[in-house]
Amino acid sequence: MHANTPDPAEQLDPVPLLDVKDLTVDLLSRGGDGGSVHRVVHGVSFTLHKEETVALIGESGSGKSISAMAVMGLLPATTARVGGSARHQGTDLLTLPPDQLRARRGKRIAMIFQDALSALNPTFSVGFQIAETIRAHEKVGRREARARAVDLMARVRIPDPASRYRDYPHQFSGGMRQRIMIAMAVALRPDVLIADEPTTALDVTVQAQIMELLAELREETGSALLLITHDLGLAAGTADRIAIMYAGRILEQAPFEELYDRPAHPYTRGLLAAVPRLDGDLDDLTPIPGSPPGPGALPSGCPFHPRCTDSRDRCATQPPMLLPVLPNPPARLVACHYPLEVSGA
Amino acid sequence: MPDDPLLLEVRGLVKHFKAGGLPMGGRRRDPVKAVDGVDLTLSRGSTLGLVGESGCGKSTLARLLMALDRPTSGTVLVEGRNLLALPSAELRRRRRDIQLVMQDPYTSLDPRMTALEIVREPLDIHRDLMPKRERATRARELLEMVGLDPGHAHRHPHQFSGGQRQRLGIARALALRPKILVCDEPVSALDVSVQAQVINLLKELQREFGLSYVFIAHDLAVVRHVADEVAVMYLGRIVEHGDRDTVYSRPAHPYTRALLSAVPDPDPHRRGATGRIVLQGDPPSPSRPPAGCAFHTRCWKSQEICADQRPLPSEPLSVGRRQVSCHFPEN
Amino acid sequence: MTDTAIAPPDGTAPASTSGPALDAASGARWRTLRRRPLFLLTGGCVLLLLLVAAAPGLFAGWFGHGNPTVCDLGHSAEGPAPGHPFGYDVQGCDLYANVIHGAGASLGVGLLATGCGLAVALVLGCLAGMAGRVVDSVIARITDVFLGFPFLLGAIVVLNSVTTRDVPTVAGVLALFGWPTMTRVVRASVRSVREADYVVMSRSLGASQWHIVVRHVLPNALTPVLVLASITVGGVIVAESALTFLGVGLQPPSISWGLQLAGAQNSFQTHPHLLIFPGLFLCFTVFVLITFGDIVRDALDPRGR
Repeated sequence: MHANTPDPAEQLDPVPLLDVKDLTVDLLSRGGDGGSVHRVVHGVSFTLHKEETVALIGESGSGKSISAMAVMGLLPATTARVGGSARHQGTDLLTLPPDQLRARRGKRIAMIFQDALSALNPTFSVGFQIAETIRAHEKVGRREARARAVDLMARVRIPDPASRYRDYPHQFSGGMRQRIMIAMAVALRPDVLIADEPTTALDVTVQAQIMELLAELREETGSALLLITHDLGLAAGTADRIAIMYAGRILEQAPFEELYDRPAHPYTRGLLAAVPRLDGDLDDLTPIPGSPPGPGALPSGCPFHPRCTDSRDRCATQPPMLLPVLPNPPARLVACHYPLEVSGA
Repeated sequence: MPDDPLLLEVRGLVKHFKAGGLPMGGRRRDPVKAVDGVDLTLSRGSTLGLVGESGCGKSTLARLLMALDRPTSGTVLVEGRNLLALPSAELRRRRRDIQLVMQDPYTSLDPRMTALEIVREPLDIHRDLMPKRERATRARELLEMVGLDPGHAHRHPHQFSGGQRQRLGIARALALRPKILVCDEPVSALDVSVQAQVINLLKELQREFGLSYVFIAHDLAVVRHVADEVAVMYLGRIVEHGDRDTVYSRPAHPYTRALLSAVPDPDPHRRGATGRIVLQGDPPSPSRPPAGCAFHTRCWKSQEICADQRPLPSEPLSVGRRQVSCHFPEN
Repeated sequence: MTDTAIAPPDGTAPASTSGPALDAASGARWRTLRRRPLFLLTGGCVLLLLLVAAAPGLFAGWFGHGNPTVCDLGHSAEGPAPGHPFGYDVQGCDLYANVIHGAGASLGVGLLATGCGLAVALVLGCLAGMAGRVVDSVIARITDVFLGFPFLLGAIVVLNSVTTRDVPTVAGVLALFGWPTMTRVVRASVRSVREADYVVMSRSLGASQWHIVVRHVLPNALTPVLVLASITVGGVIVAESALTFLGVGLQPPSISWGLQLAGAQNSFQTHPHLLIFPGLFLCFTVFVLITFGDIVRDALDPRGR
């Protein structure tokens, strides 16, 4: 049956562009209690291949954004300990000296944040900020940087870019600011783009525009996109592969269509059933009981077991590994002792 | 009491905010027309979904419905009574009929109060409802009703998860046995897996107590699961209003169509499906709404008349009681 | 010194935070506070100072006769001697007994002035924060006028025009110039609480203005001003000493550190102990009060942990 759907892993380059292995993040808090350590990312591994879009999906507190920040080396060293490896074309970003990491960041790997208003500096004009990004990595004159910035603003479809070059971030609407952020991110044609909830702060109609623009630019520049979102619907529109995160772990990883049709992890199934839809029946939604655990109160064993309807004794004691599911490894991975049936189609 | 079916009636509601600054001197700026002529009705036991993007005035409308702000013009009638025309003591007493559930379960609960105190507060305000010693018992009942463990009654808000806090907010709103619950984005701050719990809770409570809801949200998919009627708002006006099924299956206003087609569809098989409308540009500022039809600057069907004349709501159709404010509605 | 006291994290902390917090937040905060050595230290010192101020007799008799008014001019300005660890002042009175008895006046002025200022600040701050724009503007302008007035100069002018300068008068004058800062803090925090969602909720539940102020606004607006108040006590004590030193504060029948410092001003080069001992006590008291205020502020921040 799966002979006519070729194994996605075979189509990909053997060497991934970004290869994250066993990423762990510990956050240190120095609160009134004297200080404590919480592990918020527990050995996350995923790969991102050339021209691929991978979506990291999870609810708040699942560790998806922290993972991305850790890969980018953006977590403050005073409060976060990062372990594991994140190889970008063979170079481990986590052990790279700060100056080399800075050189790579922005030029080869770029990030788009959720909140463009706080990510942009309010005291400089947006055009200047785009031009500065270019000048920080390439030896170009002011005049040329400016021309390229205007060009980029046009490419992200800011109307009348030449005159808006001098405007400040607060003079733009939310959607336009997000476009500026995207322009800055793609300014140096990075091969990896990480978009952290790029449209969460935006309205639906504007969200649609931004996602369209992102997909278009990704295609144009040939870069790979790591999309971090809580919205399954958003990921469905763009992602080739999906990794579902929960409580700092990846619970399931699969090409989206397979995951959607035949989820292997009970959490994925629960998530798909809980999403309100524009189609389908109007009976009560099927929620997942309980709420996601906080970083200080992780359950033992499988982090999902207290909310899982299929959990058995073993789930409470033994954390499951992320292992291939038949019939087509290694594209489908699941971390569950009793995964749902996926072979029958 | 006459058997008046109209629980809530809104007539010609307008709210303009003066743009900051001192009354004298300074630049005179245009007022922000947050709500610009809204008519609505809500009948008993039903849910009116109010949909719109940020800045469309839906939260201002919620405050007006709750009589928290005074409208520039127009009236809000709760069971035929204009709350704001009542003397202030009577207004405070009558507020018990209409209650609010806010969006952010983190800021809408006093961090210094315990769960029990929060749910008891309305009973302490309306002391005539029950004697003091019964209030704590009632508060515990309310906690149980919304699915919270009464054993946690002495916890503070920060010890609850987001979903639990929203349940607390709902319990507080129900304490006075209101007839109407105005829910302002009640689930948008919650995670998907928890969102469905709260939606189901609201629906259960409605069935059990015959509550009526004004359910304000930006998420069309959520609204579809709770509303009987849907009103779509754009720049302070209602552009389309009708039965849920009619509005969702055959949207008449171009804006409704665009909004519906912009909702991300989790089904990857329909990726790149045809008929997807991506609007250009951003919603205009409510301080300077475009002349004529407010949507004409982003509308693909716009013609000359749209820029000149403000479209009036059509006569309600017999099918789906739909009203649409558009010069060129779809069918 | 203070830093090293804070830095080592309590070994028991991680274990106790990982478990579900069961008790009320105030209980948790109290336990958090109790675990901090610096809090215990300064808290203990504050208690001790209050005790000294309230019952100087308990401490004054530790050495010698302990009576500040029994003087022997023959010992005038003599240095520390057995039975008189701090030596004698110019009048030949026991300096230790005088310093101990001086705590009462100094702390009394500090607490009284701060208390009055705080009361005024709470009333005016709440009025300004909750009432309409006109009331707010009027109160804000009056506050600004007082803030603009040079504090010491104003106090000197007022104190020069009164005949008796005992503890209540000096405290009253200091309160007169101490309330504006606190009023500003109260007003600012009242305004921020007033806009909070839970206050809007309370209004929509039908709560009266009084209920809102008492149940929500005051409890949530109090923390910042209480901290400011504990710091103000130290400042007022310094101000009292400064005024007394300049000769416009307390007058001789009273015993205060300021008076002792004033008495020392002509002879401290030859008899430094006259300046050192009252000065040390003054510095210590102010330091303890300010540190205490800081620690309590950190711990009381409702969303702090």
